[in-house]
Amino acid sequence: MSLKDIIKELNISAQCRQYGLSLWQCPQFIFVVMGIIIIAFTLITYFVGARYIEDPLQIAFLVTVLTLVLFILGSIITQSFENIAEASRMKSEFVSIVSHQLRSPLSNLKWAIELLMSGRIGKIEKKQLKYFVILKENNARMQELIFDLLIVSRIEQGRFPLKKKPFSLEELTKELISIFEPQVQATNIKIGFKDGKGLPHALADRHQIKLVVENLIDNAIRYTRNHSKIEIKIDEKNKSLYFEVKDKGVGIPKKDQKYIFQKFFRSENVLKYQTQGTGLGLYIAKSIVEGSGGKIGFISEENKGSTFWFTLPIK
Amino acid sequence: MEKILFIEDESALQETFGEVLKQEGYEVVKAMDGEAGLEMAKTQKPDLILLDLILPKLHGFEVLKKLKGDPETKEIPIIVLTNLEDMKDIENAIELGATTYLVKVNYSLDEVVSKIKKALGK
Repeated sequence: MSLKDIIKELNISAQCRQYGLSLWQCPQFIFVVMGIIIIAFTLITYFVGARYIEDPLQIAFLVTVLTLVLFILGSIITQSFENIAEASRMKSEFVSIVSHQLRSPLSNLKWAIELLMSGRIGKIEKKQLKYFVILKENNARMQELIFDLLIVSRIEQGRFPLKKKPFSLEELTKELISIFEPQVQATNIKIGFKDGKGLPHALADRHQIKLVVENLIDNAIRYTRNHSKIEIKIDEKNKSLYFEVKDKGVGIPKKDQKYIFQKFFRSENVLKYQTQGTGLGLYIAKSIVEGSGGKIGFISEENKGSTFWFTLPIK
Repeated sequence: MEKILFIEDESALQETFGEVLKQEGYEVVKAMDGEAGLEMAKTQKPDLILLDLILPKLHGFEVLKKLKGDPETKEIPIIVLTNLEDMKDIENAIELGATTYLVKVNYSLDEVVSKIKKALGK
């Protein structure tokens, strides 16, 4: 074992990150805490014993028994924490493996459907087309879910590296708005975009922030009725970049608001309104924004609409 | 007629994509594992290689490394076509000399065909 390895062993917080748990749920940390408690109790017993008990053999016996009891208790507790942590790690790993394994059959399906629909191997009838579209859309939905699950498992395993580099948030937003254009036109929704002049660049991972902006715009479109307007605004506030997307959609009921960034959570009114969606998007968005040193939040009123915002550090 | 070597262990994909390539006017030769792929690259002298990464017998990265290290095959453009999309894998493949790196789920058939045409210099 090299010196580097030993230092690594001693770096408890790094080991805890690997489990994706907070410090107080992490077996390595609990182990150290238990150790300190045992030493403290042993010393206290010794000093108290030395004062009130005259026979040194009795003191030694008392200290030994107490230490033994604490040690057994401590190792039971640490062991159970270790089991929980291991289960949590295995869960993330399982999700990751399953997601990877599902991608191959899904891409096989996708390309076979495309080949059929392209007419390259024979014309398809109008009657059949409808069902090919169903196949294609549901295949796309599964892919989306797998993609989100993979990101979540990477976040939880701490394998989601942030490569921070300055980039223009306005340009990224414009790029995404143009990607959403066909979808927006089809539903008669208008997107308004306002950016402050000469804004500084954001300092974050562009690739990941793209997922956040994409998700917020997608949600706004998804939960907005036809003939409505979505407004996007970028500005500089308190020495950070501020991004906001405001819709006049279904909104989030008050009782659901505190759960909105939780994994797999989907609001009741949303389920009635539009059934698609994984319930992972906002969890991912929150993880990315907070990992980038920013904040994320929203204001919403049921049937009136929602405004989601986030901030990012600037260069 | 230009020849494309398709190294891929998923026969479903070989079927679909092989068909498209044939229709596009290419001759397609197929290999189902890394070792066979390496062998065929030498005997068949293809104009382009489509390479999956997770392959039986020899991993795609090994195949890539060997093809690029062999003077006989190092000039053949190689398109990596896989479902791995960690930045580390992408960087590794490009460093080893792959022309393009395509993640299967993110591309349509037509898009892959146009990437192939581009790699063949058309």
